[in-house]
Order: sequence, then C-alpha cells, then structure tokens
Amino acid sequence: MRTRDCQHICDESSPGIGEAGRTGEWRNSFPVIDQTKCIPVRQSKASCFLCWLYCPDAVISKTIPVQINLEYCKGCGICAQICPAQAITMVDEAEFCSEQDS
Amino acid sequence: MQILDGNRAAAQGAKLARVQVIAAYPITPQTPVTESLSEFVEGGELSAEYIAVEGEHSALAVCASASMVGARTFTGTSSHGLAYMHEMLHWTAGARLPVVLACVNRAIGAPWSILNDQQDSISQRDTGWIQTYARNNQEILDSIIQAYRIAETVYVPVMVCYDGYILSHTEMPVDVPSQEAVDRFLPAYRPHTILDPATPKNYNLVTLANPRLNTDGILCHGYMELRYLLQEALQNSRETITKVGQEFGKQFGRDYSNMLWEDKLDDADIVIVAMGSLAMEAIVAADMLREEGHKVGVLGLRVFRPFPKSGVVEALQNARLVLVFDKNISYGLEGATCSEIKSALYGQRVNPVVRNFIVGLGGRDVKAGELAAAVNRSLPLLKEGALNAEYPEWVCHI
Repeated sequence: MRTRDCQHICDESSPGIGEAGRTGEWRNSFPVIDQTKCIPVRQSKASCFLCWLYCPDAVISKTIPVQINLEYCKGCGICAQICPAQAITMVDEAEFCSEQDS
Repeated sequence: MQILDGNRAAAQGAKLARVQVIAAYPITPQTPVTESLSEFVEGGELSAEYIAVEGEHSALAVCASASMVGARTFTGTSSHGLAYMHEMLHWTAGARLPVVLACVNRAIGAPWSILNDQQDSISQRDTGWIQTYARNNQEILDSIIQAYRIAETVYVPVMVCYDGYILSHTEMPVDVPSQEAVDRFLPAYRPHTILDPATPKNYNLVTLANPRLNTDGILCHGYMELRYLLQEALQNSRETITKVGQEFGKQFGRDYSNMLWEDKLDDADIVIVAMGSLAMEAIVAADMLREEGHKVGVLGLRVFRPFPKSGVVEALQNARLVLVFDKNISYGLEGATCSEIKSALYGQRVNPVVRNFIVGLGGRDVKAGELAAAVNRSLPLLKEGALNAEYPEWVCHI
C-alpha cells in the first residue's frame, strides 16, 4: 500500500476515534483508577466526572465505573491531578513492565 | 488599448479574473494595486469581498482561508510586506491553495529603500510558489489572468513579479481584453478540497514523520510524501504553464508557450541573461554590441520557478560566453539567476564561460551602455581555457 492511493492533495483527516494514530504509544505513564475511591462509584449515581470533563483526549467514559481507553490515552496525568478523591494514580510504564517481567 | 501603469494593469488582470476575495495591505510601490481594486469593489465594477487587514501576514492568511472555502483570491505586496508574509507563503503552498499574488519588486532593508530590485521575491524562492517575472505592463496583465488558470490546474500558488517603478509606475499601452473573452479562457475555480461544516474535516493538522493509517484503514501521506507531491506539482507545472500560455496566445494573440524569452539568439555566441524589465534593457545593449560587430543575443527568464532547465540548456547550446545580470544576491555566493543557469548547464555538455554581474540594487539605474560595457570587459574571456570567476562582479562605485 502506497500513500498515493489515499488521493489526498494536502493533509486531511475526518473526525473519528484513532484518526491521529495509536496515541497511547506516546505514553510513559498510565492512569490507574481505584474504584473504591471514585465518587460516582461510591455514590452509585452520576456525579463528579471531572476526569471525563478535563481529559484533553476524550478517552475517559462518563460511566459507572469510569473507564479509560489506554489505546489512545497519552498519559498526561490531568485526570490524576483533577480527581478530588485522589482515586487516580499515574503508574510509570517502564517500572510497571519491569515488575511484570520479574 | 489603454494607457496603464504596471499596478493598474495588475488590478485590471485581477478584476478580469473575477477574483472573489481580495486582502492586501498597502505598501510602496504596490499601493495603487490595492487602491484600484478597492475602487472597483466600492464602485460595483467588481463583485468581491475586499477585506481590510492589519498587515501582510493576515492578508495572505485571509486569502488562504478564503481559498479553502472555495473563493478565488488575490493579494499583492512588496519588499518587507512579502518578507512579513513568509510564514504564510509556505503555508499556502503546503496547503496547495491556488492564491495569486502580485509582487511589485522592491529592495529590502536595512537600510530602508523603497526602490526596485528583486531581492524580495528571490528571498521567497524556496516557499513552493510558482514565480513569473514580467518585462512590461502587458505581460503583467496577461500573467495574472494565466496565473489563475495555472494555479487552479496544478494547485500551486503563483507569484507574478514585476519591477517596482520601472513597471509599476510607468505607463505603457496595454491591450485590456474583454470580460467575455477572459471568461471563455478562465473557467470557475474548482477547489481540490473544501472546508464545509456538512462534512467536517481537519486540514493540515499535525503530521508526524511517518505515513498514518486513518480510521478507514487508508494509508495517508506523512509530511515527506506531501512535500514530494508539492515538488512533483512544480515539476509537472511546466507542461501546464506551456499549455496555458499557448492557449492564451490562440485566444488573445500574445503567445506565452515559452518559459523563456529569446532575442537574437540564432547566431549569438555571446548571451546576456536577465529577468524582468532588465531583459528589455539587455535587448538595447545587445543591439549596441551588434553594431560593434559582436554576435550578442538575450535570454530573458519569464518563469523562475519551476526553473526551465531544459529550455536554458537548449537556448545556450551555441553560447561561448554567458553574462548573467542579477538584481539580487545570495550573500556569500552570487546572484540567484546565475546559480540556476550554472546548475541547469551542469552535466549537459554545454560549457560556456559564465560571468555574473550584480546590478541595480536598491533602485540603482541600469543603463544599456553599462550592460554593454560589462560585456565588453568580459570579451577577453572568450579565449580558450578561461575559467569562471569565483564571485560576481558588482557594477557600482565601491
């Protein structure tokens, strides 16, 4: 497959999940949610969702439980910073991988 | 036939091309172009949006944006204004938007100069625009009409350059074609892509080094493939420029099928090369030298980008001495035209001695007699084995 087949004359893309590529590969740390601390989970009702609101890549769901799509999460850590319950922790990818290996 | 200065010829060209959006910032010596066009719009002679902007960067940004939503756009500038547009020049070409820009050639500071040379547009040589240089006011008008047809065929913006004052403020007879005739020659603009809320798209987004699979599984260009396409478009534009020039000739009686102008080249072994109005002065110099018994011809560069390499080689194949006069300088090397001529000849078994002269910077008058004298000084080089000088000779009083 050659890029000429796309027939674009200038750079273009259409809105869609993953249109910018697998941006999760850029990450060096990833968010982990402690569901026991997460406010909507504890209250069993739609509330808070500040992580969903602040995520610049729109990879956090507004659901119970809250889910993060790690395929596209770039690991910026804004969700961990904004969470009022401190339910989200950023885990270093390299350390995580070496722990998994051992 | 009308008596028009170069700026009014340019404005007439844009009007006849039925431009839809004009954004320009007045700068000497381009100002009368903006004045004429705003009068046309204000007086109802031209149905277009004239958008007043706070500077040249914005002027070209407006034109590029309007071009993206399907409008035929025009702007004009000079010197520092063109320099200020630099970023948007790259952007317009990279986005492949067929904007047409009239560049009224003027020197660049420091020190301040409002007078003519070609340093401004030569400095923008590598921004991906097609560049043409007019010899007289008729060529300005004709070039602007053709520029739209070329730009909208190959999707490369076109800069129509002409010398400040020497052409911009000098009146000459100009044949102004009828609107009906231009309408027959120039079809409506058909954009290659169009920004439309009905089908949301993101154009010219952050593009990484490698090609990218989009959500439909199609492999899309990376940055480098898009640059390749721009180079390919400029290479292939030679064919379009020739074809459009030929058709223009058929319809209006003035042929532009050659990217070069030639004068008395048939038997010439000495050739003067120049660009813009200087090529006209060179014809006078060649006539003077012919009276002295020298076989001198003139090669005028009409199109500078894409550079007409094969045409130059063909035109210079019988030349023994080539004298390139530049109204610009690539500091630390030589005049830009001279470098291009030498590059075209390399490896083509055409090996004249090439001399470069820097003339006419910052409005310094260039007389035909000075061109002839420079040629006379170079005649001893015609003897066998002469080598090219390392650096150009300056025609000035230092």
